[in-house]
Amino acid sequence: MPPDHNLDDYVDAYEHGHRHGGPLRVGLGGPVGSGKTALAAALCRTLGAEYDLAVVTNDIYTTEDADFLRRNAVLPDDRIEAVQTGCCPHTAIRDDITANLDAVELLEARHPGLELVLVESGGDNLTASFSYGLVDVQVFVVDVAGGDKVPRKGGPGVTASDLLVVNKTDLAPLVGADLDVMRRDSAVVRGDKPTLLISLREDPAATEVAEWVRAQVRARQLQQA
Amino acid sequence: MTASLLTLADSRLPAGGHTHSGGVEQAIAAGLVRDPASLAAFLLRRLVTSGAVAAGLAAAACRGRNLPVLDAEADARTPSPALRAASRQQGRGLVRVGRRAWPSPLWDALPAAPHHPVALGVAAAAGGLTPRDAAAAAAYLSVSGPATAAQRLLAMDPLTVAAVTARLAPEIDAVAEDCLSRADGELSADTDPLLDLLAEVHATRGDRFFAS
Ligand SMILES: Nc1nc2c(ncn2[C@@H]2O[C@H](COP(=O)(O)OP(=O)(O)O)[C@@H](O)[C@H]2O)c(=O)[nH]1
Ligand SMILES: [Mg+2]
Repeated sequence: MPPDHNLDDYVDAYEHGHRHGGPLRVGLGGPVGSGKTALAAALCRTLGAEYDLAVVTNDIYTTEDADFLRRNAVLPDDRIEAVQTGCCPHTAIRDDITANLDAVELLEARHPGLELVLVESGGDNLTASFSYGLVDVQVFVVDVAGGDKVPRKGGPGVTASDLLVVNKTDLAPLVGADLDVMRRDSAVVRGDKPTLLISLREDPAATEVAEWVRAQVRARQLQQA
Repeated sequence: MTASLLTLADSRLPAGGHTHSGGVEQAIAAGLVRDPASLAAFLLRRLVTSGAVAAGLAAAACRGRNLPVLDAEADARTPSPALRAASRQQGRGLVRVGRRAWPSPLWDALPAAPHHPVALGVAAAAGGLTPRDAAAAAAYLSVSGPATAAQRLLAMDPLTVAAVTARLAPEIDAVAEDCLSRADGELSADTDPLLDLLAEVHATRGDRFFAS
């Protein structure tokens, strides 16, 4: 670095990264089939009357998840945007978030009072995570049927997500998964960060996850006030 | 040449390029691109048509020509509505990252969601590059993105695809040189109806991985 190089020159490169105002953006990540779309639908049903909300989906074939949300009449069409990820769902939420930012900004422009945007990633593996340039907080969804060793395996989604959801507890007896092991291993790799074991089959309202999301919305509103 | 050119043409620059196949996804569906030879033929064709048009526009934008006029020139050279939308989407993405990477008042003269080559020319100017650099970046990007898309969709050997792209270097340079040797203000209009048709068919598909 030249001696006269001024590090202050870089300050404006990052300070523009912080958004002021606008909705809370929540990433929903996790492996294929773990229940991300089911969770998005549940949150829309439970929180739709409380918050002005919208969803971005990142499916491989673009519209499967979006169609599910529409079919289930959870959200009107103009509150759902599907993003094409060029065969790389992970790139689209972490390395080059342009298409997702376009979708979020489009929804924000269409619904100026938006308070909450859920961004569902395309199903990926345990290394997947969202860039914090795209979302404010992220939920990682794994399921019991994937085996009770998943929390122990770790990976950024399991260890660093703001909320870990272990879904499909109703299947535990059928697949021989030990929920106590999953709970214990999650606590070990995640430290203080919360983990919820849920069954969307038994609680289609996703009560506990919705409560967590409410707390995040409140925290953002306080921080913006 | 400065290091800014390497950043500008880097496929890792987060400007949204990875979600566009430049017609390759549909060319594969139509059987036009199947293997390295047909990919090379497709890329060369793309380079000397839409690549040359993009290079001319990028060089002109870098040179400081009237940006809204250039944007309209790009529209006139892009009959396919799907391709116009794809170009503007990529232009918007480039402006988003370019403004942060190379702050400059030049960005303010751009229309909202400009065509990608026009935004590229401004990015080049903001980054201290020359019109020749802008043209080279545009010509290179006209083949590098589509090559990667083909590699992913056909699970081709990435070394082969890298070699195909690398061996197009003389042609890429020739396209960049050509738009500089034209009389001032004369922009290539060598658009390719095949790319227009591929884009229009592609846009109607529900089962696509790429935005274009
Ligand atoms: N048994 C059971 N099935 C569930 C539960 N949650 C979701 N599913 C089912 O799991 C499958 C995959 O869910 P989906 O939300 O599409 O997963 P995604 O790929 O992560 O979006 C669907 O058939 C859901 O109905 C649950 O708690 N228990
Ligand atoms: Mg899904």
